[in-house]
Amino acid sequence: MVHIARNWIGGYDTATCPCCPQLFVRPLENPTVTSFSESAATALQLITAMDAGLLAIVGRSLAVSASACAMACALGLVLGAWLGVARFAGRGAVLTLLNTFLAVPSVVVGLVIYLLLSRTGPLGYLGWLFSFKAMVLAQAVLVLPIVTALTCQAVEDAQSLHGEQLQSLGARPLTRSLLLAWDERYALLTVLIASFGRAVSEVGAVMIVGGNIDGFTRVMTTAIALETSKGDLPLALGLGLILLGVVLLLNGVVALLRRWRERLESDAGSHAPGTAPVAARAADALTPGACA
Amino acid sequence: MNGFDPGCAAPALRPVFELSGASVHFGRAASPVRALSEVTLSVARGERVALVGSNGCGKSTLLRLLHKLAAPSAGQITVDPALRQAMLFQKPHLLRLTVQANIALGLWLRGTPWGQAKALALSALARVGLSELAQRNARQLSGGQQQRVAMARAWALQPQVLLLDEPTASLDPHAKREVEALIDEFASGTHAMTLVFASHNLGQVKRLASRVIYLEQGRVLADLPVQDFFGGPLLQQQYPAAHLFVKGELV
Repeated sequence: MVHIARNWIGGYDTATCPCCPQLFVRPLENPTVTSFSESAATALQLITAMDAGLLAIVGRSLAVSASACAMACALGLVLGAWLGVARFAGRGAVLTLLNTFLAVPSVVVGLVIYLLLSRTGPLGYLGWLFSFKAMVLAQAVLVLPIVTALTCQAVEDAQSLHGEQLQSLGARPLTRSLLLAWDERYALLTVLIASFGRAVSEVGAVMIVGGNIDGFTRVMTTAIALETSKGDLPLALGLGLILLGVVLLLNGVVALLRRWRERLESDAGSHAPGTAPVAARAADALTPGACA
Repeated sequence: MNGFDPGCAAPALRPVFELSGASVHFGRAASPVRALSEVTLSVARGERVALVGSNGCGKSTLLRLLHKLAAPSAGQITVDPALRQAMLFQKPHLLRLTVQANIALGLWLRGTPWGQAKALALSALARVGLSELAQRNARQLSGGQQQRVAMARAWALQPQVLLLDEPTASLDPHAKREVEALIDEFASGTHAMTLVFASHNLGQVKRLASRVIYLEQGRVLADLPVQDFFGGPLLQQQYPAAHLFVKGELV
């Protein structure tokens, strides 16, 4: 009997059948797989000890996702705001396409970017494949529809409320869209966080275009996938906990920022109509596919 | 003096709006919703015109047409291109900015440099008696205060024509009186401002208007001086539908 690989699943091995080439799973005689609690304890040790390898992966992961979000937001906020205000033939089709891209699988994005950046692809001359830049590009493409569609939704709602008044004052569509986007800035802040969350948590696109190269393109999600398949649960779990912590921290910061701004704006007066629904409208704006 | 001059280059009674068979349709060409049908009227400079009628009769569409927020589907509309217009909506539509910035924004959008716009905004705020609220977030004000800020924003634009779409509909009686007094004050300033407003409040129409246009299902059914609309036999004899509307409202 030939062992193909060791698998972590509850102390089982995969093995080939002695009489046929078929793979099967069998229990290990002396399972070495650690339990969840042991893995979690080791993971916490890695985190508290500020393990250099762990920190490098976390730092790279945050840098890739932050760069991708910055790129996507620079384009998506303006484009989404404009789409929320502009009226042109074919707008419905553009929005339908945009909403379709909200659900595009990250592996498909990874595959398309891979084909574009591969040596024979149209962008092959850049030499970006299996690099930091390729991962940023893939994640930016992945979150661009999210930023654009949600911004479009928020601005379109604001346009239906205040659009005619701004038009009456003389604001042209682009000016109107930017003013309305500014007016909906709290909702859009939530959009930024949602897009960062999507970027930092995806695995398919960065795995394909980054190649998960240790020390170069290994990020949290690809490392979790690899370590899990290797059976190194503590590192995988440690990275998972950090990933959760990062998203939790970001949400906390945004909530604090919003509360601080609202308190600053409210002065000593009571809340008048128009202030309270901000959070509700932000939540509405985050309904995927709602911009129609 | 307030520092603003609404301007009066045009001679008295020169029409500011002329509509000839103007219609506005919405929806599909096969089954359009006729918001306005073949409206022909003209509004002279300095007139105070009230648009009355039941909900959905076309008052707001007519105002939007006059303010170029809607285009006629048929017919013609002539508006003096040099005319400065401002429009006040039922809701004040203030952005999440300070009160001063909201007023300055209107001026800035029409070409006034931002610094100058902010200074003019303060003058306009003083005119509506809200100077102390200049740095407050506009969304934090009461409904009446917000509408007064919207009045200040409109007035800061030095309009020769002020269009109002039920500007006091959502206000309590006290705020309603305040806003109505401001409208009256602006309209009867040194230079007569043309006022076109839609209202369901017939008492307000009596107080503010010099002429009343009654609309029903997108058509103008009666166009009379205010005294003839509310008194005398003319309305009952010639415009029974409008008479019934007034009677119903007064009851």
